[in-house]
Amino acid sequence: MTGADPSGSPGAAELALGDEVCRSVDAVWRIESPRVIAGLARMVGDIGVAEDLAQDAVVAALRQWSRSGVPERPGAWLMAVGKRRAIDRMRRQALLRRKQEELLDIAATQAGSVDAGGGEEEIQDDLLRLVFIACHPVLPAEARVALTLRLLGGLTTEEIARAFLVREATVAQRIVRAKRTLAEARVPFELPSRDRWDERLASVLEVVYLIFNEGYTATAGDDWTRPALCDDALRLGRVLAELIPGEPEVLGLVALMELQASRLRARIGPTGKAVLLLDQDRRRWDQVLVHRGLAALERAGGLGSGLGPYGLQAAIAACHARARTSEETDWARIAALYDALAQLAPSPVVQLNRAVALSMAFGPEAGLAALEAITPDPALSTHHLLPSVRGDLLQRLGRWDEARVELERAASLTRNESERGLLRARVAAARRHHPSPAVPPPDPAR
Amino acid sequence: MRFMLLMRPNIDQDDASWAPPAEAVAVMERYNDELRKAGALLSLDGLHAPSRGALVSFSGGRATVTDGPFAEAKEVIGGYWMIQVRSKEEAIEWAKRCPVSGAEGATIEVRQVAEMSDFPADVQAALEAPTSG
Repeated sequence: MTGADPSGSPGAAELALGDEVCRSVDAVWRIESPRVIAGLARMVGDIGVAEDLAQDAVVAALRQWSRSGVPERPGAWLMAVGKRRAIDRMRRQALLRRKQEELLDIAATQAGSVDAGGGEEEIQDDLLRLVFIACHPVLPAEARVALTLRLLGGLTTEEIARAFLVREATVAQRIVRAKRTLAEARVPFELPSRDRWDERLASVLEVVYLIFNEGYTATAGDDWTRPALCDDALRLGRVLAELIPGEPEVLGLVALMELQASRLRARIGPTGKAVLLLDQDRRRWDQVLVHRGLAALERAGGLGSGLGPYGLQAAIAACHARARTSEETDWARIAALYDALAQLAPSPVVQLNRAVALSMAFGPEAGLAALEAITPDPALSTHHLLPSVRGDLLQRLGRWDEARVELERAASLTRNESERGLLRARVAAARRHHPSPAVPPPDPAR
Repeated sequence: MRFMLLMRPNIDQDDASWAPPAEAVAVMERYNDELRKAGALLSLDGLHAPSRGALVSFSGGRATVTDGPFAEAKEVIGGYWMIQVRSKEEAIEWAKRCPVSGAEGATIEVRQVAEMSDFPADVQAALEAPTSG
């Protein structure tokens, strides 16, 4: 039913139009597609159909605009064409199902608003519905990620595949399955009810942070970071903060991502190797993002309902951002923030980071004692962080042999090549049996 | 990627011409809001009238200061937006949407912000070098 490229790009190439129009249409698609898809989804009640209709509208735009130029309000143009096609589709279905009157009534109601373009508030509401449905808990995490990047980030299937180092067909299949799952589960195009709100919002924030983290510390492959994914996540987060201005955790997540992203370019050394937080050249921290992060954190705190887990993590990141040198870091405050975080969202990783902060504030013995108190956790036993931290603390105490064993174990557990290289270098340092003050603990704000 | 949208309003350089009417400010704020809602806006600023500024020019290794206003109204910057987008075309698309209400001949210059990785190795090394010691 659609002439559009199923990969999600507007499919300009095969129409052999001027390059300039194509690129311009691509840019318009990036900016407008989430709003157009959201508006159409409310009409047809199915995000898959809505996306098809939006792509049809883009193909129509390519034809029309190459003759008449890009209209003044390209978004409204796309929405109007999409809505007309949605009505055509409803009419066809009405005939098929012999439920003409009922559906035509709906179509007629919708037709009234076809050219009006919809009020800004209405569009924002539709966009928020689209956010919640793309991140619906009925979907597995990887499907939520793919669907969110595709429908709200405006990425093509190919771009998503490249970002996550998986085959394009795999991503395409994830998206198709996700749409089918949503349709079969009859998930309505609605905002979550009050009693489900917190859970549904948590799912949305989780998806955005998953995308960010895949960019910030790539879990697979040779690259230490993939900044473009961080940018996509940041953009989604900023959009969310405008859509849901009253939620401290949305602002907390935005603050956290802005502050972490401010350090992105300092995390890679001249030879492409990873540089950990305390070794980073702070002149390279991005002050635009630092200011944005601190401002978002302040807004989150100003909402009056206290900081949640994302907000607390942002507050910890802010401690680093405010310190002009690593020596100036307020580790006691960071340890206290990890305490608060451990109460809100208990996890072995939080306890681990708390132990690191305690060691920085009060010495390696305090850190080791805190490590011993961590309850054994199967998730942590296969993770490189625990042996990596323990190795560091032992090293600082001059217990070289024990340190080497821990660091070797950490190197064998990490899946990131760049990080493995870093750990191997520390094993070598421990083997040489001399103190190496340049060896830092892992980034405690992670 | 980041882009700077540099606005040259091409208006007279005195304080009175430079003070925008409330209506124009409201229209511009709606545009700024669009940028915010799209998650594209990083920062923006409007600048005071050139008559309040100064020009520092260099010649023969010496700096000479001239008080504003400056010679060419067309060349005077009125403000900027720093945006984050995925392509130059997207930056241009945003620039096209700006509700410019000033004099004829206003321009917006669209310029990509240079990243460390855009520089050759020796320049990167110079940027990496410690500044004190």
